[in-house]
Amino acid sequence: MLEIRNLTRPGLAPVDLSLEDGECIAVSGPSGAGKSILMRAIADLDPNTGEVSLDGQSRDAVPAPVWRSDVIYVPAEAGWWSDRVAAHFQDPDLALPLAVRLGLPADAMGWEISRLSTGERQRLALVRAFQAAPKVLLLDEPTSGLDPEAIAKVESMLHERIGQGLGLVVVTHDAAQAARLATRRFAIDKGVLSPVDPLAQTP
Amino acid sequence: MSYAVLSYWDIALAACLLFVNAGLSLAFRLGLGKRLLIAGTRMMVQLTMVGLVLKALFALSSPLYTGLAALVMVLFAGREAMARQDRRFAGYWSYGIGTGSMMTAGLIVTVFGLSTQIQADPWYDPRYALPILGMILGNTMNGVSLGLDRLLTGAVQQRSAIEAQLMLGRDMKHAMRGVMRDAIRAGLIPITNSMAAAGLVSLPGMMTGQILAGVEPVEAVKYQILIIFLIAGGTGLGTFVAVLAASRRLTDERQRLRLDRLTAKEAG
Repeated sequence: MLEIRNLTRPGLAPVDLSLEDGECIAVSGPSGAGKSILMRAIADLDPNTGEVSLDGQSRDAVPAPVWRSDVIYVPAEAGWWSDRVAAHFQDPDLALPLAVRLGLPADAMGWEISRLSTGERQRLALVRAFQAAPKVLLLDEPTSGLDPEAIAKVESMLHERIGQGLGLVVVTHDAAQAARLATRRFAIDKGVLSPVDPLAQTP
Repeated sequence: MSYAVLSYWDIALAACLLFVNAGLSLAFRLGLGKRLLIAGTRMMVQLTMVGLVLKALFALSSPLYTGLAALVMVLFAGREAMARQDRRFAGYWSYGIGTGSMMTAGLIVTVFGLSTQIQADPWYDPRYALPILGMILGNTMNGVSLGLDRLLTGAVQQRSAIEAQLMLGRDMKHAMRGVMRDAIRAGLIPITNSMAAAGLVSLPGMMTGQILAGVEPVEAVKYQILIIFLIAGGTGLGTFVAVLAASRRLTDERQRLRLDRLTAKEAG
């Protein structure tokens, strides 16, 4: 369980939030409202204050790399540090079946990063994150570049992982997607996170 | 040892070449004439003053004044290196890192050269210490400023690649490895190139000076080789220390990429 108490940084009003294992919450809000700032603060990528813990273990008590491999943030436009797709995966052979399940072709691991479309990058970034076996995943508009068929494949995989206990925070502008994935919904505006009625009443 | 002593008339004659340049600038409307003359005059005044200062320092041969002169040289080198950066750390960090790394490299290599190969007596004899430090600093300054510039530019440009690795739980050392390698390489390329071209394309200035002053060419070459090794050692050490220190300043105890500690150079 991810627990956030009084998390704040410039541009973000103090946030209190709990996320159970196997729970998904959706966050929406206009661009520049602070969605990415919130995600980055949870993943400890920017200076921030507040108490964040995972399964009772305080974030400050574990080294930052360990925290970030447990709580993985996947931005809308993920970064790539090598020319080839395969170089970004701990084990390309294990990653390939996941990539194929998301609708990517079987030779995807040999591709050059510079030739990928937005949607291909988004799905590969998701596979890359899954390979690190996170307990909590923070996804920033994971399907914004995808067609309906691919969206369904991504959502099905997310559902499966949630069923296995993954905690998921997903930023999405698509209310239907939020309804399909999430049990609770939040809106963020000008750095203030607030629950969206009526689903917010359900724990 | 005999050498042709230059008269002031000889120098005035050579200065005519600068007037030729200024004339060219006028003819082609380059707008450089005034700047050329100012730069030439500056060079002349600066070097003359340095000559007088060196003369006084040599006569004193005092460790205190030699040390002060060395310190002033390092501080100027630090300022010059910072003036070449497009991106810097906020506050005095860039100046501190640049100056500190040059001071470290310059002192270690100069003292090493003076106490072993050159065997100056006493080792701080300004006649040897100051020219050698000057040559090492001049080259280390290039390495440090190129290395720092490449590191900070690389960190900004490759922010998403670096952070993508952090987001997957890699440590900062791992994530910065490529950028740091590029930066150190950028700092070392000029000295590597100049070693490869030495003698074929260019006759190093110090060696030329010694030959003109009547030293046997082979002896002058031996001195030049020694100096180039000292310069290469200083440049490598200085660049390495500067890049390492700056990359630590780019991160914090939670291994974040702290680009907020940088400021861009103001326009103009």
